Amino acid sequence: MTRKDRMSGNQAAAEAIRQINPDVIAAFPITPSTEIPQYVSSFKADGLIDTEFIAVESEHSAMSACIGASAAGVRAMTATSSAGMALMYEMLYVAASDRLPIVLAAVNRALTGPININADHSDSMGARDAGLIQLYSENAQEAYDNLLMANRIAENPDVMLPIMVCQDGFITSHGIENIIIEDDAKVKDFIGEYRPEKYLLNPSESLAVGPYSVSPYVIEMKRAAHEAMKNARQAVADVSADFARVFGREYGFFEEYRMDDAEYAVLVMSSAAGTCKDAVDELRAAGIKAGLVKLRMFRPFPADELADALKGLKALAIMDRSDGFSGTGAPLNAEVRAALYGKADVKTAGYIYGLGGRDIKVDDFKDIFGELADLAAGKELPYCRYIGVRE
Amino acid sequence: MSEKENLMKGIDERSPWRDITAGGFVYGSGNSEYFNTGDWRTRTPVWKPEHCRQCLLCFPVCPDSSIPVSEGKRGDFDFGHCKGCAICAKVCPFGAIDIVAGTESAEKGGEEA
Repeated sequence: MTRKDRMSGNQAAAEAIRQINPDVIAAFPITPSTEIPQYVSSFKADGLIDTEFIAVESEHSAMSACIGASAAGVRAMTATSSAGMALMYEMLYVAASDRLPIVLAAVNRALTGPININADHSDSMGARDAGLIQLYSENAQEAYDNLLMANRIAENPDVMLPIMVCQDGFITSHGIENIIIEDDAKVKDFIGEYRPEKYLLNPSESLAVGPYSVSPYVIEMKRAAHEAMKNARQAVADVSADFARVFGREYGFFEEYRMDDAEYAVLVMSSAAGTCKDAVDELRAAGIKAGLVKLRMFRPFPADELADALKGLKALAIMDRSDGFSGTGAPLNAEVRAALYGKADVKTAGYIYGLGGRDIKVDDFKDIFGELADLAAGKELPYCRYIGVRE
Repeated sequence: MSEKENLMKGIDERSPWRDITAGGFVYGSGNSEYFNTGDWRTRTPVWKPEHCRQCLLCFPVCPDSSIPVSEGKRGDFDFGHCKGCAICAKVCPFGAIDIVAGTESAEKGGEEA
């Protein structure tokens, strides 16, 4: 039965995993994602799931075990954060190259150093080139919903790539929110069975997974994964549409909040979008045409759709919760500007915010909208600035 | 080696990317037989049947299964896969295997190693 409840983002992710009932979970504890495998192991102990839970000795091993399980032909999931994800990086590339639809519940946390346990996006941004689909969630409901969609997106025969569903550490993972948990049977029906075409435990077909690839094959394999990632766009769109039909909550590649006649907009991912919506509402009440674009799908990157949504703006702020150290702007800033290039003549300002869990407040967003008005009026702004840094 | 179907037949270094298996999966087993690695060799064993007593100490130590045995007797090397490691020559108690430089056996112009 569908129920209204209140729970943290980690509990919501664990509820999704309980309903998915994956065949294998291999995970290693790391703050702030630790609770996810902890709840799942309780479900296992209570007989609510029949998942094989593998308590591994590291995140490298967690992803390796998922790769083995997925190659064997079953659904495999894991959860991690920060340095744990970094320890997985090597195997994330292998999972993607082997085209295994593993689902990773990621709880974004600053990547050490300096050592810090709070939210920023440096961990998943470090994995952005690994070949995983990446979805970002604003709150517990979205983390839950995105996880319910993740298996079907990843397992689409035209995709077959691992997927990462991100939520912000502590802000979302430990904050208690109202949430709708859907009916178990309905979720089970929505997700369906996983039947891979080729798998190691098939007794009638022998198979080698992850063989050495000599140079005459590597470019062809990357080209095929590139196509799979392009195909993921349609899979995300289709599964999201089906999700809306079944459960009533709609998800696009990004959410447009009060964008219909917006002149100034902020583009941001995950929990900060909720704060920014309040700023947009206050500015709208004051007669300022402010809007928000919340990017849900970072990989594949919806460049054309973003350019369409953003064209006509007088100015746009692009918000990164990590610094790529290019010296020319953080990752989201660079990709959004590339998407706009030649398609939409929009003035942009890049901002880096919230590193190591630093709060970003409604007033910060209002200040940013103020700067966007200055930018539109012809004031020069640097390519990228830190929000709240002590000068 | 029993006859079996090569499920990777048709996929080679000229194949377009759409024809490569997803993830580079290799279908079927024992496919290394179809992949000629003998040209990696820089020195070559020469089997001298007149010295060979068929003791069969050589074939189990060959890392590339390149010494074919049939009805209890070894035959000449499988030069499609032999890498010239010379372990066989080392274990041979009867001096029945020489090692010559190059990828070809002595009769084909190889030099004494």
